[in-house]
Amino acid sequence: MNSRALRRTAILTVAVSTSAIVLAGCASGSGSSSESDGPVTLTVATFNDFGYSDALLKEYESEHPNVKIVHNKAATSNDARANYFQKLGKKGLADIEAIEVDWLPEVMKYSDLLAPVPDDLKSRWLDWKTEAATDPDGNLIGYGTDIGPEAICYRSDLFEAAGLPTDPTDVANLIDGDWAKYFEVGAQYASATGKAFFDSAGGTYQGMINQVEAAYEDPESGDIIATKNPEVKDIYDQVTAASATQSAHLGQWSDDWFAGLSNGAFATMLCPGWMLGVISGNAQDVTTWNVANVFPNGGGNWGGSYLTVPANGAHVKEAQALADWLTSPETQVKAFENAGTFPSQVKALESDTLLSSTNEFFNNAPVGQIFTDRANAVTVAPFKGQYYFQINDAMQKALTRVETGEQDAKTSWDQWVSEVDAIK
Amino acid sequence: MTSTLTPPAATENPDAPTRRTRRIGFGHRLSHWDLKFSPYLYISPFFLLFVIVGLFPIAYTAVISFMDWDLVRNSGTFIGFDQYTWVLSNPKFWIALRNTFSIFLLSSIPQLAAAIFIAAMLDQNIRAKTFWRMGVLIPYVMAPVAVALIFSAMFGDKYGLVNTALQNIGLPAIPWHSNAFASHIAIATMVNFRWTGYNTLILLAAMQAIPRDYYEAATVDGAGKARQFFSITVPSLRPTLIFVIITSTIGGLQIFDEPRMYDQYGTGGPNSQWLTITLWLYNIGWGEWNFGRAAALAWILFLIILVIGIVNLFVTRRLVRDEGSRNPLSRRERRAAERSARDRVAAQSRAAVAASTTDKEEAR
Repeated sequence: MNSRALRRTAILTVAVSTSAIVLAGCASGSGSSSESDGPVTLTVATFNDFGYSDALLKEYESEHPNVKIVHNKAATSNDARANYFQKLGKKGLADIEAIEVDWLPEVMKYSDLLAPVPDDLKSRWLDWKTEAATDPDGNLIGYGTDIGPEAICYRSDLFEAAGLPTDPTDVANLIDGDWAKYFEVGAQYASATGKAFFDSAGGTYQGMINQVEAAYEDPESGDIIATKNPEVKDIYDQVTAASATQSAHLGQWSDDWFAGLSNGAFATMLCPGWMLGVISGNAQDVTTWNVANVFPNGGGNWGGSYLTVPANGAHVKEAQALADWLTSPETQVKAFENAGTFPSQVKALESDTLLSSTNEFFNNAPVGQIFTDRANAVTVAPFKGQYYFQINDAMQKALTRVETGEQDAKTSWDQWVSEVDAIK
Repeated sequence: MTSTLTPPAATENPDAPTRRTRRIGFGHRLSHWDLKFSPYLYISPFFLLFVIVGLFPIAYTAVISFMDWDLVRNSGTFIGFDQYTWVLSNPKFWIALRNTFSIFLLSSIPQLAAAIFIAAMLDQNIRAKTFWRMGVLIPYVMAPVAVALIFSAMFGDKYGLVNTALQNIGLPAIPWHSNAFASHIAIATMVNFRWTGYNTLILLAAMQAIPRDYYEAATVDGAGKARQFFSITVPSLRPTLIFVIITSTIGGLQIFDEPRMYDQYGTGGPNSQWLTITLWLYNIGWGEWNFGRAAALAWILFLIILVIGIVNLFVTRRLVRDEGSRNPLSRRERRAAERSARDRVAAQSRAAVAASTTDKEEAR
């Protein structure tokens, strides 16, 4: 066998097939890059439902005849997250990419790869919304879309059975105060009925920790302070003590938890605006869910999103203009009407459409007014550093271990401390 | 090939009568090449594809496993074996290893036992054969994620179907999501549901290849169904069993979908009760974006599977008796016969050597 000929054939075959693959790869990449004089195609990537309907995007296209918008929706935010970090800093991201507040700490590490929001727009949003997306150099990297101001959802029939007031205003007055007050009402409810007051220690803890300015990491040095922070320990102790008698021990988003929404396993729940849809969708036969305009310790925010513009995109200028328009107060109110995404713009919160909106499922509660009040009550933008997610995830697991009775509060805390110590 | 093309040296001599060199036609040469190279060309697409999508990622993973890798900036610093040390010294690794093996054993063993039994049943002369045979494959057609979703709803701690049923007949509810062993059983159930039918069909195909004469002869000899199953069917399945066991080992050690879909977070439970190696690998890579560690873990998993696969092969070879055992002698008798044959040959050669030396001596 002539091995040189074989080798040559092999090399040739490899070369041909490789170049074919490379060419195929290039073909799809080069198609979209056109000069900015001509018509421009802008891609917008979102997930779940941002309320950016086709009609809404058409509106922008008719105002800007040279712009064509392609809207890609990922099914879940997890899909979008994986895609975002795989392509960030390389090619392939959309001109405008939506991000969720949960991954903001990771995005902030790469803030230099994103085009900053122009200074004149910064006053558009609530302070704490911009603060969370501003990097140490003072660049705001995300156009705020929606927020998740929290209120308290409750079931009036269960409150009635426990001899508690049922009218939303009375309930708000009853709970008004700090977390101790909330748990006090919970103890009252639990002793009257022998049933659970709230859904899970994890969900309640999340509401509490979101009111702490710097819970896990030092904003200055980036050091992990979680295990030594007395505030964290205090919240942990409060929640685990209360959950022993007041929690339904149903982990949020578990199958049991969804069942609990409709079968009265718990009487109250911390309720960001978007949670209303989750409750109404999973407890369709229940008519007694209501929402009270109150939140322990004032205001709290859970969730929300931003739009970002990758700095290496083909049409950064045009993308910025579109992101500006999409997050303007007027457009956000329309998005709210489309999908219930609660706006984060100061002006939008004054809009009549928003303030007058009610929710039929929640006994026509004036949800627009309630959540505007709750949003205005938020004062703290919690600092979330690059290890926030890992530490918080370990904490949620620690709380679950206590809830299932697998470990006592002390053992579980100690295990959490050792897990946090193992991070980097 | 080249030698036939060079003209013979004789033509250099001008006096010699010019002889026309035999020209080889292009067609001939082409068919010659065809014979030599086309087989390689035909099998090359797979190997090229394997090099690009298989071998390269594997090698690249090895490189990254020695680095502190930043996926977004696509850069890293070389840190030697630090990632491997981190993985091996993390208690979670050993918990994940325990869980992986526990789930693997809880799924593979009952699954193969059931598969052999069902296949033997399907191999009988039953009505509507095709219907039953296709029936066992239906669970396999279902998407694993769909299976996991349905089963995790069934295994709910408070309002799940299984616990409700247990409580209705007066038994205590099982903490499916906090007891490690219970969670392994629940996950193994999902795996078994999906894969038993698949293995059944493979084993059934192998069973059909066993000559019916054996069974007829056995029946004539008065062997019962059970005896026929253990003495004819199982030994004849040896090569297929090895294949099935090895594939289910690889699959079992890489188990991911079911534990990931088992609860709402997909991170293996509050106390890592059902954290498997691949699940942890995913969480490190796509949850914490630490690709150096994930790559190191991937290589450790690769080595584990390799070792288990080899051990598996030897154990299976030992356990399952020789194909068909058509030799009436038992293994011990066979060995004894071999030994005596060897001895006989040795004795003969000794005798021959002795004879030749005596010849030489006599000649002297």
